Amino acid sequence: MSNYFYILWIPLLPLITFVVLGLFGRKYLSGIAGLLGTASLLTSTILSFVAAKQYFFIDGKVNGVFQKIEAFKYTWLEFSPNVSIDLGMIIDPISVMMLVVVTSVSLMVHVFSLGYMKGEERFATYYAFLSLFTFSMLGLILSSNIFQVYMFWELVGVSSFLLISYYFNKPSAVAASKKAFIVTRFADLGFLIGILILGFYGGTLDIGELIARFTSVNSAQYISITGASFLGASMLTWGLTLLFMGGAGKSAMFPLHIWLPDAMEGPTPVSALIHAATMVVAGVYLVARMFPVFSMDEAALNIVTYVGAASALFAAVIACTQTDIKRVLAYSTMSQIGYMMFALGISKNGGENGLGYMASMFHLFTHAFFKSLLFLGAGSVIHMVHSNEMKDMGGLRKLMPITHIAFLIACLAIAGIPPFAGFFSKEEILTAAFHENKIIYGIALFTAALTSFYMFRLYFNIFWSKETPATNHAHIEHGHDNHDAHNNHGEGPWVMKLPLIILAACAVGVGFVPFSQLVTSDGKALETHIDVMFSIAPVALSVLAILLAANFYKNQNDKSDKVASAFGGLYTAAYKKFYVDEVYLFITKKIIFPFIGQPIAWADRNIVDGFMLLLAKTTAKISELIKGFQSGKVQNYAIYFFGGVAVLSILIIYIWK
Amino acid sequence: MNLTLLILVPFITAVLILLARGLQQIRVIGLIGSLTQLGLAGWLLKSFLAARAAGNNAAHLFESNQTWFKALNINYHIGMDGIALAMILLTSVIVVAGILVSWTMDKLSKEYFFLLVLLSMGAYGFFISLDLFTLFFFLEVAVIPKFLLIGIWGSGDKTKSAMKLALMLMAGSALVMVGLFGIYYNTHTFDMVQITQQGIPVGVQKFFFPFAFLGFGVFAALFPFHTWVPDGHASAPTAASMFLAGISMKLGGYGCLRIAALMPDAAHAYSWIIILLATIAIIYGAFATMMQTDLKYINAYSSISHCGFVILGIGMLNKTSINGAVIQMVSHGLMTALFFAAIGMIYSRTHTRMVAQLGGLLKAMPFISTVFVIAGLCSLGLPGFSGFVAEMTVFMGSWQNPDGAYRLATILSGASIVVTAVYILRATGRAIMGPISAEHALLADATWNEKLAAVLLIAGILVIGLAPFLINHLIMPSTDAIMLHLDKVTLIK
Repeated sequence: MSNYFYILWIPLLPLITFVVLGLFGRKYLSGIAGLLGTASLLTSTILSFVAAKQYFFIDGKVNGVFQKIEAFKYTWLEFSPNVSIDLGMIIDPISVMMLVVVTSVSLMVHVFSLGYMKGEERFATYYAFLSLFTFSMLGLILSSNIFQVYMFWELVGVSSFLLISYYFNKPSAVAASKKAFIVTRFADLGFLIGILILGFYGGTLDIGELIARFTSVNSAQYISITGASFLGASMLTWGLTLLFMGGAGKSAMFPLHIWLPDAMEGPTPVSALIHAATMVVAGVYLVARMFPVFSMDEAALNIVTYVGAASALFAAVIACTQTDIKRVLAYSTMSQIGYMMFALGISKNGGENGLGYMASMFHLFTHAFFKSLLFLGAGSVIHMVHSNEMKDMGGLRKLMPITHIAFLIACLAIAGIPPFAGFFSKEEILTAAFHENKIIYGIALFTAALTSFYMFRLYFNIFWSKETPATNHAHIEHGHDNHDAHNNHGEGPWVMKLPLIILAACAVGVGFVPFSQLVTSDGKALETHIDVMFSIAPVALSVLAILLAANFYKNQNDKSDKVASAFGGLYTAAYKKFYVDEVYLFITKKIIFPFIGQPIAWADRNIVDGFMLLLAKTTAKISELIKGFQSGKVQNYAIYFFGGVAVLSILIIYIWK
Repeated sequence: MNLTLLILVPFITAVLILLARGLQQIRVIGLIGSLTQLGLAGWLLKSFLAARAAGNNAAHLFESNQTWFKALNINYHIGMDGIALAMILLTSVIVVAGILVSWTMDKLSKEYFFLLVLLSMGAYGFFISLDLFTLFFFLEVAVIPKFLLIGIWGSGDKTKSAMKLALMLMAGSALVMVGLFGIYYNTHTFDMVQITQQGIPVGVQKFFFPFAFLGFGVFAALFPFHTWVPDGHASAPTAASMFLAGISMKLGGYGCLRIAALMPDAAHAYSWIIILLATIAIIYGAFATMMQTDLKYINAYSSISHCGFVILGIGMLNKTSINGAVIQMVSHGLMTALFFAAIGMIYSRTHTRMVAQLGGLLKAMPFISTVFVIAGLCSLGLPGFSGFVAEMTVFMGSWQNPDGAYRLATILSGASIVVTAVYILRATGRAIMGPISAEHALLADATWNEKLAAVLLIAGILVIGLAPFLINHLIMPSTDAIMLHLDKVTLIK
């Protein structure tokens, strides 16, 4: 069906913006770069909504089932007649849903940045990179070929790298960008090998074909991939687990999460877009995209479930102890993504048991709005107090009424308080977990309570606590000092307020989207309803956690410190992020560098090259020795001659015979 | 269409340079000559594609065969398939870029430009030869200028580096010669087309293959014969580094590929050794790069790692992997030339190549820094640049070999892309990003000639990276032809 061909423009417009701003932005367009980028993205956003309306409400459904439509396909790199990297566009419920999410959040970030990044020297470059990211993310979503996913996957990674290191003269930002890229690169190695395995046994790289072949138990491909095994696991398990490793790296799942908190070195709107709403959910999206294949393999799904649940809990515990507001949000993101992951892991493919899949996608959808709102709100706060630390904040509700209300709405949404958006999606996840796996349900419930606690710890510390607002100018996030907002103690220009208001409206409203009718594992509508009796427990726990946070942090007191010291070692461990970073540092700095890198570099100079040198020297020595033979003295030559004749004669007579 | 033009144009340019006076005249002649080469290569591409489209499916187009030395059956037999054409295009682009970055070379400029042009002549002759002796002749033509370029215009311990390079490459040539003469004495011809038709006895193949393959391997920085690479590159002047890594190392890879096609039985028999050495080169080169502190050493060691992919692709002996090897040759040639150009630009301004002494260059020289970052991203295999296409094609090809050890080799080679990311980002993070020192803050950005050179090379990288189907279309029929020989194996491994 080519009536979706216009969707091609959705990623193409940001690409064009990137090229134009990248080539000419700095010199000629620095004044209008922001407007140009925003206008182009606004067009993409409108097109996405048009596409969503057309797909979901006009012609996406055939006989009650949403169809997968391949709107475009071009053979980009052919390896062999059946195996090739194609550039294609797949239109199905999750890709259309993601189009809406990515363009909307990206648009909000573009608008917000008009104010937040105003006056930056590399303003045009910033918008060029934002456009590059948006293009790559949209390309990733629409990919119809697993290798195409990998390509855009890498491109999103590099855009994230470029944006984290936007303040490139700040060593901490550079270090964070390197860390983000290298850790995800390591995970991507798994992704790549996973692709090679699935491609080898599947005989194709096309996602639709792969799914078709691996989901029919009688196909030759399914039989060969499940028949082959390595270290006791079938190649299907290996392929999918390695694929998930790539997803876990991008989605900051334990233990590949260490880059995400550091990535907060980037400008805050970037964190809102990339490290909260879009790129970090790429891993969830990947698993969802390949879900029919995952559902064929219990072992791989179990890994997804337990890695997701562990990450959700782990991150929530750490989030309770951090003091940098962006880091709290980063851990919260990791925790919420863990939620999405295990919801996929416990799901089945199709029918009533596909509730986890639908819930995961629903949570991805709602989370994108309230989490980007939290980040943009945090951006507003940071913009004003010029610090990321909670201790520099407090009492801001009077100075920043709009930010305050928006932030509160987002906190209520993530805490799962009805009728805010997070309530609906979280409720579906909990329901699915309750039916499938009681352990996971327990973890999920506990994490939900922790979430409410740390979010309101954040909220009260920023907006309540002290009565006099902080005006600390010591810490400056920006690389520039001539910022006009320096002397402006308001909430920033309207371009910064408007996105907050729109996203706050979304954080209230998107929970009412009839999601189960639109996005399900098999394309058929799923009947869901909110069971009040079931909801009582999680909501009550959340409320209790909020009250506890209010008790601790609404006014300045030392209750929280007492509790922290009561936890003792656990608190310190959580504050130190359970020393995972230290483990990585140990492996790289204490093992790889001194025991692999340096010996190789040394051996190359001294042993390998030394051997070559020895060859040369030996040659020189030998020639030194034998040059004496050529003395020019006839007597010597005569001796050699007769000696030679004598030796030859003996040889001929006695040996040769 | 006469391929001899490819040799004549550099020859005439070289003669004119000798007659010219003053840097201005010399460099203008050099540029015009190199642009003529580029135009000629473009025209060749056009005629080649037109001939193919018209249904001319001969293995080699534009063939011409003249007796050179009848007694030994040596013929000046030239022709061109898609792979040779890809290498010719690569050479012509690098020559133009090399001349451009040498624009202000005022030390013995006549000799300098003369040698550069002479080197390019050797490379063209090598790529179009269908006669082993002619091939060998041009290989030697391309070696001598390198020795002089490093020895006279180099930096650091240039005498030692030049000696090391010349001796090792000469030893490689000697090995090649033994291999080629071995073939000759058993087939009584140097003609590659004839040899592939009549075949070489298996025993002869197994005896002489190692000589010829390892000999070319020395040129292609095959482990453990790679040690000329770091010193040679580090001491060479910018354009010579670009030629060395961009063109000379490709002579080796191209030679290895042709040798494998000439002796398919031996290639299959020794495939595991080739793969072993290539895998070592890839991993070992990557880790060694990680520990380097000098930008030129970083790029030189990374070349060892990247050229390992060429050998790996050839050693895997299947169509996809060989395609990947060819693309990697072109890609690495462009990328590494770009890298050396950027390093040369940085060095000529800051007078240091030590990463620790640099920092924040992006602020003072955004253009050069962007070039550096682009070369780095291409090196670490970012989609959109040529490196990704090449490496992924090699991986896809080598994975088709279901043998466990081959799989392991593929995974280990794949792991090198993580190490690559580490060393590229370390260098970039330190030299390009971070705070800038006060004395570097005032340095000027690239001049017009440097910009032009960089843009040309980046364009090449992007063409392959964004539209790989073009190069695939060009080389695929030729790899098919090679596969026909490679699959004609009398000996089952």
